[in-house]
Amino acid sequence: MSKNKEVAVKGTRVKLDKADMFIRGFTYVITSIFALCCLFPFLLIVMSSFATEESIRRTGFTIWPSEFSTFSYELIFNAPDMIIGSYVVTIIMTLTGTLVGLFIIAMTGYALQRRDFPYRNKISFYIFFTSLFNAGMVPFYLLMVQVYGLRDNYLAVWLPLLMSPWLIILMKNFIKAIPHEITESGKIDGAGDFRIFLTLILPTIIPALATIGLFIALGYWNEWYNSSLFLTSKIRYKPLQFHLYSIVNKVAALKSSVAGSMLVGVSLPAETLKMATAVVATGPIILLYPFVQKYFVSGLTVGAVKG
Amino acid sequence: MKASKAVTADRPSQHGFLYRLNQNKVLLIMCVPAILFFLFFSYAPMPGAYVAFTNFNYNGGIFGSPFVGWRNFEFLFTSGQLTLLLRNTVLYNLVFIILGNIIQMFIAILLNEVACKKFVKVTQSLMFLPYFISAVLVGLLVYNMINYDYGFLSNLVRSMGGDMPKLYSDPNTFPAVIIIAKLWQSTGYGTVVYFAAICGIDASMMEAAKVDGANGFQRIRYITLPCLKGTVIILFLFAIGGIVKGDFGLFYNLVGTNSVLYSTTDIIETYVYRCMMNTFNFSQGSAVGLFQSVFGFVLVMVANGVVKKLDSDYSLF
Repeated sequence: MSKNKEVAVKGTRVKLDKADMFIRGFTYVITSIFALCCLFPFLLIVMSSFATEESIRRTGFTIWPSEFSTFSYELIFNAPDMIIGSYVVTIIMTLTGTLVGLFIIAMTGYALQRRDFPYRNKISFYIFFTSLFNAGMVPFYLLMVQVYGLRDNYLAVWLPLLMSPWLIILMKNFIKAIPHEITESGKIDGAGDFRIFLTLILPTIIPALATIGLFIALGYWNEWYNSSLFLTSKIRYKPLQFHLYSIVNKVAALKSSVAGSMLVGVSLPAETLKMATAVVATGPIILLYPFVQKYFVSGLTVGAVKG
Repeated sequence: MKASKAVTADRPSQHGFLYRLNQNKVLLIMCVPAILFFLFFSYAPMPGAYVAFTNFNYNGGIFGSPFVGWRNFEFLFTSGQLTLLLRNTVLYNLVFIILGNIIQMFIAILLNEVACKKFVKVTQSLMFLPYFISAVLVGLLVYNMINYDYGFLSNLVRSMGGDMPKLYSDPNTFPAVIIIAKLWQSTGYGTVVYFAAICGIDASMMEAAKVDGANGFQRIRYITLPCLKGTVIILFLFAIGGIVKGDFGLFYNLVGTNSVLYSTTDIIETYVYRCMMNTFNFSQGSAVGLFQSVFGFVLVMVANGVVKKLDSDYSLF
């Protein structure tokens, strides 16, 4: 099949007329420009994080600063407990949340796609309905704070990100593609449903686990919203993106982030410090990006097809 | 597929309810964590929507605050606040949906015409990158570009002898900033979806057209676009279903508590958030939120009904 396609493509290459040439040239120009626009702001942040504060005062943020300095990084890592604490909190939340959430989602997704499970439609609807209608943010907030008592508790951030109806449906569609015979054969061998799931199904859905796991992990890594609702200044080690949010938006947080370090007689390099914190907080996800993005693409294309 | 489902599923139960329960014990237990999760975090807050009908005070709690009936809603309507929020939310979403889909489809179609797979992969990766970062960073990137004193664009304009407008204090032009930021972040994502839909088009049709001598424009006009029509209509309808839901992260990180901009940038989510965190007006925040939920629910149902009529394969339920 693919061989045929290649032959056909080769065959048409001869017939490239003006219209085709125009479209191709146009495409290369337009998409290259747009792709560079997507990349440019990142470069700008990285470069300006290495600029001196005076050069930014003078010429603004530029792609090639007139004076380089690593002062803001030195400030961040001179009293490193703040940023390291944030890293530890974020990494623990991301790892545990992804593992627990993924396991529950896979388990639920497996049960809900079993054709011989009589409650599957009712439970599916029960889960799906929450994406159609919700009470709104205020009742959720009041419940978390007044009834569950989760203010200033990392659980308030960790729990709500574990799963979503969309991810369960996505997992269900992934598992549905696995032949039902696998389950049947397990049954004949006398294995229980949970055992079948654990030993026969889980190993066959590793690509699905990677895709959905990455969606969950991204949710944890980029989390700042629930933190801003439930974590007050009593919490010293904030999740990374919320730490960044505080530094960008509150001068007090900016000052305390470098408290006790070598800022005697030197004014606070506010702008470069923001940029350096952004680089430190976002760096890992950008570095991982080239290796993981194909799983996201596969997740999107499966998710687009409703099963 | 549907037929095979119907055969094996929903067999007439020869046994009682308890027998069936016991038979499916393990599968049911496997669903329990998810059921509890949605019970605690999605269903449990629902009775709390009662706050919208009270004059909430923190000590009394949700059910200990005085009941005021529809007064919160009346106030929001007569003061014009709700109309403003609804107008902003819907207008932004309309622009996002229309402009976003056109650009995404445009780029996906173009990419499909490129023979060099390596180029397609690299550009797709770069375009997808903004989707991976937090809203906080998007806010900072925008600040980096346009703030009056140090922004990259301000600097560029100044070096060419112009004067950069003070965007952060101009409610008339700031919507453009929000729209560009949103398109910047979502185009790659949408392009991937459209590109997948285009790749799903029967390749033999394209080849036949090529053999018949159709040029690039003609192939796009007579094959790609008509084949995408279904996808576009369905994506559009579902987008309409979500038109009263705003992108909180984006708006809050771009506008924050910069009240100069509220008249053109305040959406339902940002208002509700401020009601909780700044003004502590839980009753009005809840009323706006409840209005949004009910209105949104009706819209989704209508959109789903229309999709079902057009093509029942694509309907949500």
